[in-house]
Amino acid sequence: MSRIWIWIFAMTIPALAAAQEARPLAENPQAEARLKALAVELRCLVCQNQTLADSNAPLAEDLRREVREMIAKNMSDREIIDFLVERYGDFVLYRPPLRAATTLLWIGPFLLLIVGGTALILALRRRQKTLPDAIVSEADHERVEQLLSDGAKRP
Amino acid sequence: MKRFLLPLAIFVVMVGFLAVGLTLNPREVPSPLVGKAAPDFSLPQLHESDKVFSPKEMAGQVWLLNFWASWCNGCKEEHPVLMQLAKSGAAPIYGVDYKDTREEALAWLQQWGNPYRLVAVDGAGRIGINYGVYGVPETYVIDKAGKIRYKQIGPVDQDVLDQKILPLVRELQSQ
Amino acid sequence: MIPEIGQFALILALCVAAVQGTVPIYGAVSGNASLMAVAKPAARGQFFLVLIAFCCLGYAFAQKDFSVLYVAANANSKLPLHYRLAAIWGAHEGSLLLWTFILTLWMMAVTLFSKHLPEAMRARILGVMGLVSLGFLLFMLTVSNPFERLIPAAPDGRDLNPLLQDPGMVMHPPMLYMGYVGFSVAFAFAIAALLGGNLDAAWARWSRPWTTVAWCFLTVGIALGSGWAYYELGWGGWWFWDPVENASFMPWLAGTALIHSLAVTDKRGGFKVWTVLLAILAFSLSLLGTFLVRSGVLTSVHAFATDPKRGLFILIFLAIVIGGSLLLYAWRAPRVGLGGGFDMVSREAMLLANNVLLVVAMASVLLGTLYPLFLDALGLGKISVGPPYFDTVFVPLMTPAIFLMGIGPLAQWKKASVPNLAVRLRWAFGTSVATALLLPLVLGKWTPLLSLGFLLALWIATTAAVAVRERIAHLEGAGLMARLASVPRSYWGMILAHCGIAVFIVGVTMVKGFETEQDLRMNVGESATIGGYAFQFEGAQDFVGPNYIAARGVFRVTKDGREVTTMYPEKRRYLAQRQTMTEAAIDSGMFRDLYVSLGEPLEAGAWSVRLYHKPFIDWIWGGCLIMAMGGVLAITDRRYRLAWRRASESEAAAAQPVEAPIL
Repeated sequence: MSRIWIWIFAMTIPALAAAQEARPLAENPQAEARLKALAVELRCLVCQNQTLADSNAPLAEDLRREVREMIAKNMSDREIIDFLVERYGDFVLYRPPLRAATTLLWIGPFLLLIVGGTALILALRRRQKTLPDAIVSEADHERVEQLLSDGAKRP
Repeated sequence: MKRFLLPLAIFVVMVGFLAVGLTLNPREVPSPLVGKAAPDFSLPQLHESDKVFSPKEMAGQVWLLNFWASWCNGCKEEHPVLMQLAKSGAAPIYGVDYKDTREEALAWLQQWGNPYRLVAVDGAGRIGINYGVYGVPETYVIDKAGKIRYKQIGPVDQDVLDQKILPLVRELQSQ
Repeated sequence: MIPEIGQFALILALCVAAVQGTVPIYGAVSGNASLMAVAKPAARGQFFLVLIAFCCLGYAFAQKDFSVLYVAANANSKLPLHYRLAAIWGAHEGSLLLWTFILTLWMMAVTLFSKHLPEAMRARILGVMGLVSLGFLLFMLTVSNPFERLIPAAPDGRDLNPLLQDPGMVMHPPMLYMGYVGFSVAFAFAIAALLGGNLDAAWARWSRPWTTVAWCFLTVGIALGSGWAYYELGWGGWWFWDPVENASFMPWLAGTALIHSLAVTDKRGGFKVWTVLLAILAFSLSLLGTFLVRSGVLTSVHAFATDPKRGLFILIFLAIVIGGSLLLYAWRAPRVGLGGGFDMVSREAMLLANNVLLVVAMASVLLGTLYPLFLDALGLGKISVGPPYFDTVFVPLMTPAIFLMGIGPLAQWKKASVPNLAVRLRWAFGTSVATALLLPLVLGKWTPLLSLGFLLALWIATTAAVAVRERIAHLEGAGLMARLASVPRSYWGMILAHCGIAVFIVGVTMVKGFETEQDLRMNVGESATIGGYAFQFEGAQDFVGPNYIAARGVFRVTKDGREVTTMYPEKRRYLAQRQTMTEAAIDSGMFRDLYVSLGEPLEAGAWSVRLYHKPFIDWIWGGCLIMAMGGVLAITDRRYRLAWRRASESEAAAAQPVEAPIL
């Protein structure tokens, strides 16, 4: 059975091979993949708000070339990012580094969650104590229905 | 009552920041290089291509380094200001011709006048990257010890020249 | 002449808005019925006046009247008619006119569908909306006049930004604005209720359908914008956490919280104060978005051309509208009762917890969007906050929200029991966890995020199934179909909207986990294989469009030797603006998109080409559409239809007696 599959597979190969396989644009696809991974977290400085990977601006192309060369020199991601930050500042990083000034940015959402959660629990506790029973009674519901249906007719 | 005022308080703070934000330019990125040594380079000169220029030659002087190109519109805008500064002799201006062709750069200087003591050629924009240039024109004030003291992003106009660059140059020269 | 009529109509509309914003509200305060009665004709008059202005601008575009500055800046004699009409909202001034027009459209809708409202309430609602519209009309007439003349007239226009010359442009802004501005109705209801001091269940019942409709429009509007970015920008991305995208996402999050909170206020009388705050918040965030997009305080891919004068105007307007509402809130809210009591574990508590999570998520987006501005204003340097930040923060916040989303519909009102819920949900939980762990392995790749994505989607789907089954089990009825039909539509709407989220999550998870791309240098006749599809490049031909020239590539796509499709990506050069655009070719399918975009021409007819295989990407937008459909289903519920029918009958029965301002 498996032999049949091998045959079928082998038959399709010439069909595929008839057209020549296109070459990757980059000479070194691995390096290009690393460039891409880096570039999506870097900001193109001249653009409105685009990553280095998405931008076609000349400076973005220059910077990609620069990063490619650094990758070829086997520099680490850290070193490459430091190289850019030294020249352009933290502005190039879409993932802001944790510093004194960005502490609130990074812990803010979780701080908000804690504050929100605490407020919620306190509010629920207080509610439980003060309000033993439902305030919207059946009569209220009926009044609402009445309002909705007869609002216009009421004197 | 107090907790009901909280949303209003947050909003008031936010409006304050937004109002300040209106006066700022989000596209201007301050350079981390201010206060640091100007990156060294050695580039061929525009007029005499067999000679090179290096900022090291400028030790002991206060000078301006201006990145420009013949294709850049802002450069034409600041050009008269630079011409006037060059004439006054307050500080020497050195140019870096950024990502340009030699013929067009020479023709541009021929047509509009040359405010530069000397122009170096950065054809591939590599030195520009070392200086953190992200849009020409950009102008650096460099002190006697070779440190960058100020960076002007975009065209130098009369106000910037009179209120920022010239006072700084005088102060640095007197040190 | 026609543009002057438009301008004059705007000036008249301004006068009407000034009357509408003051007289009826005063009438409601003083109990003067004839003053209150001004609201309805004023709102309708304003609608027709702004409609006239809108048509005048449309006429100027259709007639290529380049003596109008706005037309000359945003159209060109070669621009096709449909894009000339869409160019009405192609830039700042015209989009503001669209905004105002839609606001008056909502006002018109309120006059049509508010017969069951007490007169005082309606007067207050229309008065508040009139005040909002007053601000926008004033803004247009002072610093953003779309009818400003250009004398002498330009021989030809500068053309519409090529990025906007797309069918997406025709639909996306009107939909988005319908959503943004639609929240003004819920806002006006809330302010009217605060003014009148009658925050009760009736108020919540009336607000609900309006909020849901606005939310549906916003959902579809955001989805359209995302889809447009996906195929128009040519990078294959669909969400960039750009400030302008965030500006539309924040009201959506607040609106989603509002819908759920309104449900509790309506059914149980609880959360009134919180619901009012959310209604104010949702519309405030819409206004804030307008400020962010038009003032230039943040850099964005989508920002309009900016002008500090405009920024200042909107900021002052923002401060008055939002500041005033929050002040009113702080003054009136303490007097509002708490509503029905409920247990720590109950449907109310879960809805409230979900509300907290949604609002925290919204606040986080706001924090990330404005943080660069905060630092810059304080002189602490410039930073960028981008997708890596938002992805990191958003997923942990949304995970518990989605977990609760599964439990909420099954929990009883007032008091639920944890052991009971655990028993009812054990199968849903077990199935979701097991499948989520194994599914990525079957698909050939396991990462924690893949499993998490599947877990959340499956959890929503399985809990929804359990909820429906239990619901039907409790009903009496002959057949299954009869019982299914007797479930109220609002319930089906909720289930459908939740399932939309599940579909959306599947899309995001699959595309993030399994998309592949290749950057190739393709000679004529060469082929490449991606995701099992073979792309053969047949070369690129020159092609002439109405206002552009293009190179159009031809790609024959086959799978296992069988023809699938032929794709024609283009590289366009728009003549008037001398701008190059990448028009990607996309073959959409239920389970995958094939995406081809042309890069640059290389030597001898070869091109640099980018190919993508994006599994399940259409589920992202499909999920959004399902959510919106859920909303639509909910508002066609029997309760609303009945109320509407009864209201129109009573209208026909008698002339309306005057309503005493008891509410």
